Parts: sequence; structure tokens; C-alpha cells
Amino acid sequence: MALLARWYDVRDLGNAVAGLMDALRDAGASEGLLYVVAGLLGALGILGFVGFTSVINIWVERRLIGRIQVRKGPNRAGPWGLLQPIADAIKLIQKEALTPKLADSAVFTLAPIVIFVPAILAFAVLPWGEGMVLADLNVGVLYILALGSTSAIMVFMAGYASNNKYALMGSMRVIAMLISYEIPTVLALLGVVAFAGTMSLSGIVAFQETHWSWLIFFQPLAFLIFLFGASAELNRSPADIAEAESEIIAGYHIEYSGMKFGLFYAVELVNVMAVSAIIATLFLGGWWTFGLNEFVPGWMLFIGKVYAVYFIFIWFRGTLPRFRIDQLMAFAWKFLLPLSLVNVLLVAVEVFIWTEYEISAGIVLPIFAVVNFVLAGVLIAGWARVMTRNYERFPRRARLVSEIDVPLPAQSGSAARAEA
Amino acid sequence: MLSALTVGAAGMVIVVRNLLHALLFLILSFVGVAGLYITLSADFIAVVQVLIYAGAIAVLMIFSVMLTPLSDRDNAEGLLRLPALVLSGLVATGIAFVAIETDWQVTSESSFENTSVAIGEALLSPFVLPFEIASVLLVAAMIGAIVLVRED
Repeated sequence: MALLARWYDVRDLGNAVAGLMDALRDAGASEGLLYVVAGLLGALGILGFVGFTSVINIWVERRLIGRIQVRKGPNRAGPWGLLQPIADAIKLIQKEALTPKLADSAVFTLAPIVIFVPAILAFAVLPWGEGMVLADLNVGVLYILALGSTSAIMVFMAGYASNNKYALMGSMRVIAMLISYEIPTVLALLGVVAFAGTMSLSGIVAFQETHWSWLIFFQPLAFLIFLFGASAELNRSPADIAEAESEIIAGYHIEYSGMKFGLFYAVELVNVMAVSAIIATLFLGGWWTFGLNEFVPGWMLFIGKVYAVYFIFIWFRGTLPRFRIDQLMAFAWKFLLPLSLVNVLLVAVEVFIWTEYEISAGIVLPIFAVVNFVLAGVLIAGWARVMTRNYERFPRRARLVSEIDVPLPAQSGSAARAEA
Repeated sequence: MLSALTVGAAGMVIVVRNLLHALLFLILSFVGVAGLYITLSADFIAVVQVLIYAGAIAVLMIFSVMLTPLSDRDNAEGLLRLPALVLSGLVATGIAFVAIETDWQVTSESSFENTSVAIGEALLSPFVLPFEIASVLLVAAMIGAIVLVRED
């Protein structure tokens, strides 16, 4: 059999697929059939990865948050609690999936299903290894942004169809937050795209490979903006105002029970993995790791980086308190947006210098890296100093709120009217 | 099949009584149009179609639906029914006339080219004035919105 006749490095998944393709081609399959088989294999691989990780990540996340918060986390079912996700899943499947009497039942049922579509589609354009990409779109970055912008609609479907005021409030919060945070993240990615000169994700990895560096070194500001913006768009703590338990109970999935709730829970984990993978591709070189990818298969390095970024998200969630909604909006519009605009301007100037004076990349890129790092630090520190109000870290005596000279945001309108 | 999806969803937009259901069918129709763009190998336009229409415009419409009273009740009769019918009939006949009369030229099978570079260059060299006018207009609209909602 042609598939087993040659020795393949089993660590590299691409070899196995290539072997299968060769075997099929030897057997006389047409190009169309090969295309379909390759697409199906890729889709199966991605679905398997997404399914497996979203199950195992429940355990990873709960254990890690438990460790961060000095408690144990799930540790009863199986060794180290490893079987906890399976127990959870069995419980969720057994439970009755209720539909409220006055709910819009068609939309109510549809929402948790269609919310999965953009989450999984985002994986299609990611380069898992050298040449291991399911659909190498040359507008890959825009494609991911387009998928991210549609998820607001699914959340709104869930919130509206539930016929519950808390659900509706939660979904309106999601929409307001998605609109606000879309702008800084898009502008941050615009900086990356302008620097790399391509919108294809594998093209961006190739750019990092040819210049022997990761884009995080040239775009630290864009990396931070995208990290914060993405963690807000993911609806996770510290930005989980859409499902804030202490404010609006559970937000848009308050009326969902059983496996419908399980789907919302799972899609959050899938989304985190997708965003981590996007960050790993754009800023951390994807499968390319300073020549280490000669010895270790690229997809292993890529998944390692994805989990490194995922760890940052878990860290955020475990340590930071929840923002108030006005704080979250102010953070997007007053802090991230100006910084991302400055970043785009900076990248435009740098790319202009680079291409117009035809300086070799070896000279100009280290200078850019240093300049961008210094400017990122100065801008973040300076802008934070300008924008934040002065507060006393250690007040000498207890004071009433009205004694503090800066009015609270919720009071500013009425206070101003009372003065006028 | 994509055309059937697009036209069917667009038809449902008119038939459905609930405004929000109509909005969801409209989004489905936008996605169908994006699929048609992909089959025409205009990948950039397709992605932008999803980003702007299915993402941004839909959210705008969600806000307007939420501000509409009785949006999920029976929205049947209206005073503007006859003028709307006449106007849409005229537009439909106009488009049909153009589509039939135009001498369509079928280009040879071409590969999947990188359209985004060409669009970017066209936007910034020959069409830079309309591009700038559009951006100035948007900035003016944004400032106007901020002025309108200011409390003090």
C-alpha cells in the first residue's frame, strides 16, 4: 500500500495528510475529489481540536482559577478532577431544556446553535504549521474581524427571544461593548497589517519568518490593545458585564437551561481559543519559533503558544475585578482608541520611511522595535496619567463621597444640572 | 442555491409580521449576497459585505427595532402601502430592464486574484477625493451625534 510504503515523520500531521493525498492520486482520483477529501480532513481536524480543547479547557480554566484564588478547583471526579468536564456534560445533557412560555421559541432555539458558526469558522484561516492551513484567504484578517462582528447578532437573538428584561439588558450591553471595542481592535490589527504588508495570516507568519522576529517586538502597543479589546469582546472577566451575576443575574443566557446553556458555555471556550490562536498567529509568529520549528512540528509550537495566550486570559479572569459599564466604555473610547490611532500613525510613518528610502530591513527593523517599545511605554504611562483622576491612595481620614471634588460619573449629569 | 437563499430570505423579510424576524431574515439575505460575491471571486468585497452589512448595519437596525414600539405585533396595514408598492415596482422594473438590456460580457475563467491590493490602490490614487469626502462626512456625522447627546 502506497500510504505505508514510505516512512513518514509521525510527529508531522501534514506528512500523513500528504501521504494520503499521494495514495489517492496514485489510485487515480481526480483533482476535485482530492480537494474535497483535503477539505474534509482539515474540517475534521479542526472540529476535533475544537471539541477536545473546549472539553479539556473547562478543567484547565477551573483548576487554574482555583489555584489563582487559593482554592482547589474540581478535584473529585477522576485523577486530579480530570473527568469533571465529562460529568458536567452528562449533567447538562440530562437536564430538561426549558423554553419560557412567552419566548420566541424558534429564535430561542436557533440562537445557541448559530452562535457556534462564527466561532468555528474563525479556525479555518489559521496556519497551524508550514502549509497546514485549511483556507489560505488573502483577506484573512478582515475575515476574522467580519466573523467577530456577527456574534453580536446571535447574542441579541438569545437575549431578545428569552422575553426577559435581564436577558435583554445583557444583550444590549454586549452590543454596546462589541461596537465600542471593535474600533480599537480593528485599528490595532490595521497597524499589524500595514507593517506586514499583507492581510493573509500565513503571509503575516511568512513576514515574521523572513525578518527573523515576531511582530510583538514591532507592535507592542497593538498587541496590548488587541489583548484588552479581545478580552472585552470575549465577554470574560474583567469585562463580563453582559452576564454579570451580581448585576443582571446571568445576562443573555438567563433563561437557557440544559444543553442549550451548555452550548453557550462551550462557545465561550471556543471563542477564547480562537482569539488566543489569532494572537499567537499575528503577534507570536504562529508556527515559526526562531528556528525551533526545525526540530519540533510547527503545530505543536502553535498550540503551545495558543495555550500561553490562553493562560494570560485565565490570569485576567482570575485576578481582575469586574469593570462597571461606564468604566468599560470609557476605557475603550478614551484610552484604547486614541492609542490605537497613534499606533496607526506611527506604523504609517515607519512603513513610509522603510519603503521610500529603501533601507535594508536588518538596519531599520531593530530601530523600529526600540522606538515602538519606548513610545508604547511612554504613551501608555502618559495617557494614563492624563486620563485618570487623581485619587488618594492612602486617605488620612474617612470622607463622604460628596466631599471629593471630582464627581462620580453617574452623578455628573444631575450635578451639573443642579449647579446650572 | 445561494441565489435561492438570498431571494428567499429577502422575500421572507416582507412576509414576516414580526420586525425582528424580518431583520434576521435580512441578515441571512446579506450573508447570501456575500456568498454570491465569493463565487464571483471578489473575496474582499464578500468579507466587507459580511463585516459592514451583517455586522454593523444589522446592529444599527437592531437599535432602531428596539426603539420602535409594537415591533413584534401585527404590522400589517399602513397609509404608505400604495406609494411603497408603486415605488418598489418602478425600481424592480428599472433593474429588470437594465439587466435584460445590458450586453453582458462573460470573461474567461480567471484565477482567484488578490483584489484587496487593487482596491486599496484605486481608493488612494484615482479615487482619493471621494474617499476623503466620505471620511469628512463621517467625521461630521460623528461630531453631530456627540453634540446631540451631550448632557450639558
